[in-house]
Amino acid sequence: MSLLAEMNDKALKLGVPISVHLDVTYRCNERCVHCYLDHDDHGEMTTCEIKGVLTQLSDAGVFFLTISGGEVLMRRDLFEILEYARGLLFNVKLKTNGVMIREAEAKRIRELGVEQVQISVYSHRPEVHDAITKLPGSLKRTIEAIRFLRAQGLKVTIANVLMSGNMADYPGVIALARELDVVYTLDPTITPKMDGDRSILSLNVDGSALDRVFHDPDLVGNVAEFCAPPPTPGEDIMEGYPCSAGHTFCYISPYGDVFPCVQFPLPSGNVRRQKFLDIWRGSAELKQVRAIRAKDLTTCSSCAHVGTCTRCPGLAYVEGSMLGPSTADCQKSFQRTGIPTANMLRHSSSQIGVEIGPLIHIQPLLDASAEAH
Amino acid sequence: MSEKYIMRSSAIAARMLGGEMMIMSVKDSTFFTLDPVATAIWQAADGRTALSEIVATKICPEFDVSLETAVRDAEQFAEELASRGILRISDLPISGSEQSASVRPTEVQ
Repeated sequence: MSLLAEMNDKALKLGVPISVHLDVTYRCNERCVHCYLDHDDHGEMTTCEIKGVLTQLSDAGVFFLTISGGEVLMRRDLFEILEYARGLLFNVKLKTNGVMIREAEAKRIRELGVEQVQISVYSHRPEVHDAITKLPGSLKRTIEAIRFLRAQGLKVTIANVLMSGNMADYPGVIALARELDVVYTLDPTITPKMDGDRSILSLNVDGSALDRVFHDPDLVGNVAEFCAPPPTPGEDIMEGYPCSAGHTFCYISPYGDVFPCVQFPLPSGNVRRQKFLDIWRGSAELKQVRAIRAKDLTTCSSCAHVGTCTRCPGLAYVEGSMLGPSTADCQKSFQRTGIPTANMLRHSSSQIGVEIGPLIHIQPLLDASAEAH
Repeated sequence: MSEKYIMRSSAIAARMLGGEMMIMSVKDSTFFTLDPVATAIWQAADGRTALSEIVATKICPEFDVSLETAVRDAEQFAEELASRGILRISDLPISGSEQSASVRPTEVQ
């Protein structure tokens, strides 16, 4: 077990939220076709409120802090927030589209000691990337930002969301990542909008595309190992919990709402009305999430894939039950191994469309050591 | 033997977890944990207080160790952390902005 894994294990045993994702805004300068957010400002936390939350998170033991949006640089106080966060010694990861990052911003990000920056790139071709972001010239600006950040010696990760419109381009993005000397991650999923609109799910790639992705050694490394049939789950698997959501991780929205995860829209409290630790320790919703073990899952507990599936409890919740299956993950387990899931066997094939999916990061490629958690 | 001064680097992230200090270098993502003795030294590394004084005031009263042994071990420890870029070490007091020492013990359930 790595030292980091040991610390995660220790945090779990102590009930410490070692990692938090904080969105500081939902506003954005891009209008990505697949985005699940409402970009209007409905009353973001003020600078002072965010500083107060950061202090509470520090006191609660949070070490890994992801600051994201929206586009984080839409907040004029971003650097003040970053400076405050770094003063509290968080390990800060910044997610951005990079469009507003020039040399001066890159220098400031480095000076503040941000550990890594994740930037969304959808294609190596401007006509594809810019059509997805609906911002002309955005790919050029984004690549320039990556170069500015790399010139400062910062660690950069390209996040490539895969959808039907850019499916053919991921090898080009991998090549671009290599040229820029940055890490590449692929996310082959689209999630429903926050307002419940599921129309964007039509952008999801189909099964054959998933099959290609899962069998591409450039993405998964050892294909035979990655696509191997799942081993028989033991007691440790059945007594295990699905993921870190609500256990050592949570998400805070720009409005102060606390959720188990970015993809788990179960309102669990609000830091404008309650102390963070009171929510973390006392929320009935978080306690409910923490109580779930693999053996409790209604369909998945009898599935051969239960020990290896990327089942996202948040997406299962969106589908109807946090104890139920996430059909997109069923699809992925099937495409990866060729072995039908219990949920697929239970339903007719027509019901197993790729509707929603988890935030899968196939860790590939250029520098696996970059992902700290 | 000359006096040594140590100061925390600003290029680190740190947090207490169950009595251990977690530290990650933001430059190369190297991850460390410090035991209670090392944590006490690291927290006192303000660049102005001599290492021998840190050991005499923070370590010896708390841990069953002689001053001579503790200073020798502390210097070795400081050299190691300095080689990894998470401490600065000097024969003279170090000025400049140190990293905050506001790493309080995490409350656990």
